[in-house]
Amino acid sequence: MVAVIPHNEIVLDMDKVKITRLKTDVLIVGGGAAGCFAASELKVNAPNCDCIVMEKAHIDRSGCLAMGINAINAYLNPGETPDSFVAYIKNEFMGVVREDLLYSIAEGLNSVVHEVEGWGLPIEKDRNGYYKMRGKRSIRIHGERLKPILAERAKRSGAKILNRVVATNFIFDGERVSGAYGFGIRDMTFYVIEAKAVLVATGGASRIYKPNNEGSARNLMWYSPWNVGTGYAMGTRIGAEMTCFENRFVALRVKDVNAPTGTLALGVGAKQINAIGESYLSERYECFGGRKCVTPYRLYATILEDKAGRGPCYLDISHLGDRERRKLKEDFLSMNPSIVLLWADEGLDKKLSCVEICGTEPFIEGGHSEAGYWVDVDRRTTIKGLYAAGDITGGSPKKYASGAWVEARISVKTIIADIRSNGKIRAVDESDIQNELQRITAPFYNHNQNSVTAREMEERLQKVMDEYAGGISTNYELNDKRLRLARDLLNELLGHLEFLRADNSYELVGCLEIIDRIEVAQVLVEHLFHRRETRWPCYQTRIDFPDRDDRFWLKYVNSIRDTSSGKIKIIKRDLQ
Amino acid sequence: MIYINKDVCNGCGKSKETMCERICPGDLLFRNKDKKADIRDQGACWVCAACVKACPQHAIELKLPLQIGGNGASLNARVSKGETIWALKDLKGNVEEFKIKSWVDRDKEGCPALIGEKADKV
Repeated sequence: MVAVIPHNEIVLDMDKVKITRLKTDVLIVGGGAAGCFAASELKVNAPNCDCIVMEKAHIDRSGCLAMGINAINAYLNPGETPDSFVAYIKNEFMGVVREDLLYSIAEGLNSVVHEVEGWGLPIEKDRNGYYKMRGKRSIRIHGERLKPILAERAKRSGAKILNRVVATNFIFDGERVSGAYGFGIRDMTFYVIEAKAVLVATGGASRIYKPNNEGSARNLMWYSPWNVGTGYAMGTRIGAEMTCFENRFVALRVKDVNAPTGTLALGVGAKQINAIGESYLSERYECFGGRKCVTPYRLYATILEDKAGRGPCYLDISHLGDRERRKLKEDFLSMNPSIVLLWADEGLDKKLSCVEICGTEPFIEGGHSEAGYWVDVDRRTTIKGLYAAGDITGGSPKKYASGAWVEARISVKTIIADIRSNGKIRAVDESDIQNELQRITAPFYNHNQNSVTAREMEERLQKVMDEYAGGISTNYELNDKRLRLARDLLNELLGHLEFLRADNSYELVGCLEIIDRIEVAQVLVEHLFHRRETRWPCYQTRIDFPDRDDRFWLKYVNSIRDTSSGKIKIIKRDLQ
Repeated sequence: MIYINKDVCNGCGKSKETMCERICPGDLLFRNKDKKADIRDQGACWVCAACVKACPQHAIELKLPLQIGGNGASLNARVSKGETIWALKDLKGNVEEFKIKSWVDRDKEGCPALIGEKADKV
């Protein structure tokens, strides 16, 4: 067990938990890329609309963009059109995508990027003033400070920002969402925020599976470790329909430090080579499309090389000169500084030649892949009063940061129109408030010989998911038997929730997060269980159904959790 | 993981919370009983460098854990108006510096979120 130093200022005293009630027109849950953009967009288009942003960390450096990014990977460079953008992503995801959502994103990409450029984001340009292309849909940026730039806009917009308030549940009367509950970790305050409309703009879910490294390096992962699927869990608890959870995302990254391989492959033309120096994608996997294969196959081919005894695999950067190497380091510093440290640990005078690559643990999210809320083209979820934008929205993969901004824009437009026609806040049931307060503070009262910490629960969850739901140790492979075991063990784990203990607000947040993650994992397992084919290698590899089955499975796998029994019902929907 | 130089850290004086505590996306930092910044759990660190950039004393450095080959190299960063300036140091003391553009003053309304609590009051 890693010892956790208690927070010196926070006292364990339940009487000190205050209740603060607020009312607003629009509540945005999550102040990341989508949330910050949405706050600005709302106040520009409806200045009289009150808005609160609820953020679990501090919006200056929270969410996926906390470190910065060095490219915008969803942008239509000259020659690209919304149609070509949608066709590209449809092909990458083997046909199962929401074309309507993707098209609406594609139409808005360039204007949001130009807007953020106007806010101060440096974008590299060529001599003629055009953006420097990194690929057909990718441009190079100096994005180290992208998150503070977005946060600044949200702050200046006039929206009220609640930093360090962790969302715990929606206010829901069985029919309509009319706000959300949150726990203020600095002020030990339970927030009850009533709103005419709620935009859920939280991140996806990480730390569901056992990561590549454990202990002291366990959170050096691809996705933000504090994106824990709270938005999904809050949605499933009120019966919101979810889609494509089985489309997990497994990133091909630089081993141990999780730096992006795109910076090497797209940025400086590095080839994927195996341990005997073969450019294996073109020499061995022409059947997958060679060097032009779709994203999951880059990873799948790497795993096949490992299995065949030709690993480890690398990205070859031996062709780079000194100036290019320095530029490469600069690119990484603006996005993921740890790889530069890894190189320095080997000695700054050492020449960089090859960078070892491997797959990460699986993540559940809707920005690179497509797990998330089932929404209409205006970004309404299936629950009245609740809208979704960004990584939490399903069916529209590869939207990345710029696509999240477009979704923020679309959802805000819908919200403004909807609250004009239905602008009343429903009263909250007082007993609901007490029940939620009791639920979230329960870990403060569990101090007996049976109590367990959030970290212990996390280790159990990650072990179960790794071994039985297709983690790294099984090369991401799934079968019926293992998934049934995962289902049973997760159920068992849920039974332990009542023993969760916390001594301070930091640990309490850990407890709330692990509850959310276990519930997300349950939904995930049901989705994985029901797709009886292999559509996306590694993301979803069924060894008991190894082939792609377009006759039966060109479908969305959706789910709804029953609000009273907790049972997850799977719905197969035809492509639209 | 991070290294906090306790000789340089001043615990951000009388401010409500230290600047690193204010910014850490994982809520890992706090002011300890000696009035210095401290980290609860190195293993939970994402190595995102938010605290490194936010520290007004430049007392925090980024490092890698030994498990993945951390060998003493460190990375410091300071944020100026339009640039982020990095200093990368290896075990032998070799230093490589980088000045990278990170903001363009396009609307003349001031620089976003440089350092400190002032940034919250816009």
